[in-house]
Amino acid sequence: MSGLAILIPVALLMGLGGLAFFFWAMRNGQFEDLDGAAQRVLLDDDGDGDGNEDGDQP
Amino acid sequence: MNAIAPISSDQSHMVVSRFAVPAIRCAGCIAKIENGLKDTPGILSSRVNFSTKQVAISHLPELDDDQLRRKIEALGFEAQVLADNPLSEEKGSTDKLIRALAVAGFGMMNIMLLSVSVWSGATGVTRDLFHWISALIAIPVIAYSGRPFFASAAMALRYGRTNMDVPISIGILLATGLSIYETATGGAHAYFDGAVMLLFFLLAGRVLDGMMRDRAREGISALLKQTAPGAMVLDDDGKTRWVAAKDLLPGMQMMVAAGESLAADGVILSGSSSFDCSLMTGESAPQPLGKGDLALAGTLNLSSPVTIEITATGEDTSVSDIARLMDEAGQRRSFYVRIADRAARFYAPAVHSLALLAFIFWMFAGAGWHQSLLISVAVLIITCPCALGLAVPAAQVVASGALLRKGVMVKDGSALERLAEADYVLFDKTGTLTLGRPTPVNLDDLSLTQKQVALALSQTSRHPISKAIRAGLLALGIELAVLDDTQELPGKGMTASWGGVKVTLGKPEKSGDHLSSQLSIGTDSVILQLQDEIRPEAPEAIAELRAMGLPAAIISGDNPQSVSLVSRALDLSAQADASPQDKVEAIARLTDDGHKVLMVGDGLNDGPALAAAHVSIAPGTASDVGQQAADAVFTSESLMPVALSVRVARRTMQIVHQNFALAIGYNIFAVPLALTGMVTPLIAAIAMSLSSLIVVGNALRLNGAAK
Repeated sequence: MSGLAILIPVALLMGLGGLAFFFWAMRNGQFEDLDGAAQRVLLDDDGDGDGNEDGDQP
Repeated sequence: MNAIAPISSDQSHMVVSRFAVPAIRCAGCIAKIENGLKDTPGILSSRVNFSTKQVAISHLPELDDDQLRRKIEALGFEAQVLADNPLSEEKGSTDKLIRALAVAGFGMMNIMLLSVSVWSGATGVTRDLFHWISALIAIPVIAYSGRPFFASAAMALRYGRTNMDVPISIGILLATGLSIYETATGGAHAYFDGAVMLLFFLLAGRVLDGMMRDRAREGISALLKQTAPGAMVLDDDGKTRWVAAKDLLPGMQMMVAAGESLAADGVILSGSSSFDCSLMTGESAPQPLGKGDLALAGTLNLSSPVTIEITATGEDTSVSDIARLMDEAGQRRSFYVRIADRAARFYAPAVHSLALLAFIFWMFAGAGWHQSLLISVAVLIITCPCALGLAVPAAQVVASGALLRKGVMVKDGSALERLAEADYVLFDKTGTLTLGRPTPVNLDDLSLTQKQVALALSQTSRHPISKAIRAGLLALGIELAVLDDTQELPGKGMTASWGGVKVTLGKPEKSGDHLSSQLSIGTDSVILQLQDEIRPEAPEAIAELRAMGLPAAIISGDNPQSVSLVSRALDLSAQADASPQDKVEAIARLTDDGHKVLMVGDGLNDGPALAAAHVSIAPGTASDVGQQAADAVFTSESLMPVALSVRVARRTMQIVHQNFALAIGYNIFAVPLALTGMVTPLIAAIAMSLSSLIVVGNALRLNGAAK
């Protein structure tokens, strides 16, 4: 029982953490352009940032 | 790629403009556009959205949309300005559903974690503790994630009706209430897992449905309306002033320069010019209009300035008439009942009566109210349409995804259902069966110098023929010749001097039957022929439609000669000179004969017909009215997507029917178990997930349907 007292809150907190992270990702526009993300892997990154941050899109 | 762009100037002054760029196809296009725009002064940053084929540009307010559009076109991509974020509201509803789904998923997994221990034999204090923790998770999760269902059920009940959400809400609330009672009294079974899992699967169905709608809406999105915002008005004292469209009055005289579109209907008082009326009539060739002729709002003045006395403004103009006609035509379609709702109409009362009967039976059998209620809740939970809720959206989402990859955007699920039922096709001509723009057909006859001069001459003209020549030459990668004093002579064409030699591009001296233009360099001259070409693969598409049992016909607002050219080439019957009203009536006639008409059209004049037809498709080049009225939009030049959409829609309905059969089969197996009181939470959980997975798996077979 004493193990459960630690493990259950830990499991719940981890779940809540995942949920909070998902909410953040949604608000941040991470799911706006899924096909584009797959294509952008192929680009040569010249390092000076050729796009604005995802979340800036209206 | 997600690095924050360097902030070079005060960001608060930046404006964001969005453009639709349908030609984005690969990673190379992304790089080309983003890198190409990066170095332009005034542009802070640009971001391509590959899924929606859009570019968002953050720039200084000094740059206007037209300059930016030309900038993108200089990079080799056609672009159209998008109205300011027209979709935020609709997208919000899906976002809310996704949040509810995420919360339900979180709750389901954690409760399941505890339930598995109970099922594997936890007893006594441990079991009660786990039930209490489950209740602690389940109650807020159900309160949050259940809102979409509770709200819809409450709405239905308020109007004295019932829908699919009523048994769902009752089932969930009863199961939760009973489980809390069980937990408080230390009972053996709690149904928190079943209730939350039910929510999760049902929300998954709703999210799929909503995502499909959003995806297509984003792609189609309202293109900026091209009607003029106002006009220069000539006062009695000879002064001119700018008057906004809504303040224009009949009797005013407005001056319309070449290249402007008309803000109101009117009669030409002085001057003569050619007008692009394609938006209103579908006629492809520019119409010459002179003194005394009626010019309509929405048409584009092409060649020379005219003065027009206004006869009708605002809601009285012909454009508004079309809009009104469309509104009326669209209302008939809103009576269409989706297949899922038709199923729910039988399902909801059946489930309610079954649960009630089970309760009454067990009460009489002497099982006690507690045991009887438990059984009827089990019936409600296990019959609750997990598989039924997923049967339709899962199939439709997979099918629309497959179609999207082929360049067809379907607006919603009901469009697929109606598309599968269509048994007659009506095509508009200009822009639908044909590409809708004249294309030069004999550019190869020109020498390189001639091409360079022609490009330079066509560069500054707005005339559709010049535009077509320019587009054709740009596609060949021709460079500009350097010309001096370029002028546009109204009604004649372009003239300039090229190293001292007079060069012209304009109306041929001997006017031929079809569209043509004459290029002269000094005394040398050559005729450029243009044609509004038939879309590639049009005969194949029409043949395939015919093979599927959809005969086709043409209905066009263009003149009989141009229509007969196309109808003969494609071997179709045709009706020419059709007004928007005629098109609607033709559809009504076919509908009265028992046909379900698929209308394929693009122009503003097709709008009412697109709205009136059982289902409609528009090409991506269509006017915004056409795109909004249509159920689906295809972006490719080929006509094949029309046949493909019908084929995929029919396949989708097959899968939907299979899914219904699976869901009903599952109920035949599960309901007796529930009625006899043998359903424990474990069985309910397994049955629900299994049936949902089978239905989703079956729907996934549609992935390859659009080959």
